[in-house]
Amino acid sequence: MKITELFDRGEFVVSAEVGPPKGINIDHVIEEAKTYLSGITAVNVTDNQSSVMRLGSLATCKALLDAGLNPIFQLTCRDRNRIALQSDLLSAAMFGIENILCLTGDHTKLGDHPGAKPVFDLDSVSLIHTVKLLESGVDLGGNALVGDPPKFAKGAVVSPCSDSVDAQLAKMERKVLAGVDYFQTQAVFEPEKFIAFMEKAKQFGKPVQLGIIIPKGAAMARYMNNNVAGVHVPDDMLAELAADKERAKAGITGVEIAARVIKACRPYCQGVHIMALGWEKHVPALLEQAGI
Amino acid sequence: MLITELKSKEVLESLLTGKVFIINCHGCKEVSFPEKEAEEFEKELLAAGKVTGILTTDYICNPENLQVRLERRRAMIDEADAVLVLSCGVGVQTVAEYLTPKPVFAGCDTVRLPGFQGVTPQEFDCGQCGECYLNYTGGICPITACSKSLVNGQCGGSKNGKCEVDPNMECGWERIYRRLEATGRLDMLKCPTQVRNFATDAEVTK
Repeated sequence: MKITELFDRGEFVVSAEVGPPKGINIDHVIEEAKTYLSGITAVNVTDNQSSVMRLGSLATCKALLDAGLNPIFQLTCRDRNRIALQSDLLSAAMFGIENILCLTGDHTKLGDHPGAKPVFDLDSVSLIHTVKLLESGVDLGGNALVGDPPKFAKGAVVSPCSDSVDAQLAKMERKVLAGVDYFQTQAVFEPEKFIAFMEKAKQFGKPVQLGIIIPKGAAMARYMNNNVAGVHVPDDMLAELAADKERAKAGITGVEIAARVIKACRPYCQGVHIMALGWEKHVPALLEQAGI
Repeated sequence: MLITELKSKEVLESLLTGKVFIINCHGCKEVSFPEKEAEEFEKELLAAGKVTGILTTDYICNPENLQVRLERRRAMIDEADAVLVLSCGVGVQTVAEYLTPKPVFAGCDTVRLPGFQGVTPQEFDCGQCGECYLNYTGGICPITACSKSLVNGQCGGSKNGKCEVDPNMECGWERIYRRLEATGRLDMLKCPTQVRNFATDAEVTK
C-alpha cells in the first residue's frame, strides 16, 4: 500500500527502518520485523547504509513484502548510474513494492570500501525527476516504456536540525518542485529546532515524518554529535543518559527521551519515522509511551 | 588543453537583462578561445547600447593581475548590472569571487582536449565538463567544489559547514548558497532539475 494514501486520509503515519545484514541469512531480520514492526504502516529498508556493503535493499524489500509487511525501498545514487537506478525501480514495481525513498547517499570514503568509485550520476533531486518520468511512461533517455508505467509513493529526506538549515530548505523546495510526495527527516533531538523548521517547511504542503533515533547511551549520543551531520543531542539529554548507565543500557532512558521528542513535535508533523538501529524490540514501548 | 565554446545566443540573452561589462580572456597557451563568435556577439550588444565596457586580456585566473586590471575599470563595472566572462571555468570563478556581490555570468562552456594542462590557481578548479554550471551557482563550480559533484543542491552530509569527506574542506553548496545570497540571486536555487550530460564530460570523452 502507498503510504501517501494514509497521509491523504489525515492519518499519523508511523514507519521504522531495518538494515539488511552483511550476508545472505535474513530470517532473523524478517522475524524481528514481524514481531516488533507489524503494527506500523511501513518499514524502510536501507541501501548499503553508511556506504557499508550489505545485502541489497531491493531483495530485502521483497522478502518483507512476502512476509506481509509494507516495505519502503530506499535508493541512493552512490552505487548505481541512471541505467541501473531505473532498472531497479522497474524491478521494484514488478515485485509490487509501492513506496520508495530517494537519497543522494553517503560518500564511498565513509564506508568499508573507501577505494570504491563514487557514482553520483544522478542525485536525490534528479532521481525524483527520473521517477516522475518513468511514471509518465518515459525513461530518462526519452524512450517509451512498454506496458503499464510504475507508480510509487515517492519520498525524500531533509535535515531540520542542520547547521545550514536555509540551504536544506532550498534543497527541500527543489525536491518538491521535482515531484516528491512526502519527507522523512534526519533524527531530531531538539523539538524547538524542528518546530521552527516546520514553520518554514509547511509552505511546501508535503507531509513530513519526524525522524527519531532511540539513543542507546551517552557514548553513542556523543559519537553522533561529533560525527553525524544534522544530529545534535543536547547536554541535558546527554546528562540524562549518563546518569544511570544500566537504565540507559536497558533502553529505558532512550525510549523516554524519544517519546518526549515525539510528543513535543507531533502537532507539527504528519508522522514519525523510527531509525531503531538494531533496537527494533523497543519500538512498541516507544510508540506506547508516545501515545501513538 | 581545453576549448572554450560560446554558449547559445538564447542562453546568453536570457542572462543579460540589463547593462553588462564584458571580459574576454584569450587565455593561456592551453586555451582555444572563440574569438570570431565572441566579437560578433559583442558587436550586437554594443549596437543595442547594453555594454558599459569590454576588457580583452589574458590570464584572468591570476588574481593579483586581474585585480589591477578590474580596478582600472571600476566605474564601468559599477555601472553594469552584471559582468559576463568569456573564459574557461577557472577564469569565471576568479572574477566571481573578486567582484561579489556583483552578479558574474559564464558566457562559455569549457571542453577538454587531450594534451598538456595549463597552469591554474589552486583555489579554483574547472572540471571541463562541457556544460558550465557557474551561472546557476553564483560563479562557484559545483563539479569541483562539491565532493559528490552535485548539481541540484546540498546533500545532508555537511557538519559545521565542512564536507563529510574531508573536515578541512568547506561544503561547496554552503559556499554557493552564501554567494547567491550575497548577490541577491537565491531564486537560482529554484532552477529546473539539472541532469548531467556525461557525454560531454572529460572523464568519459578522453
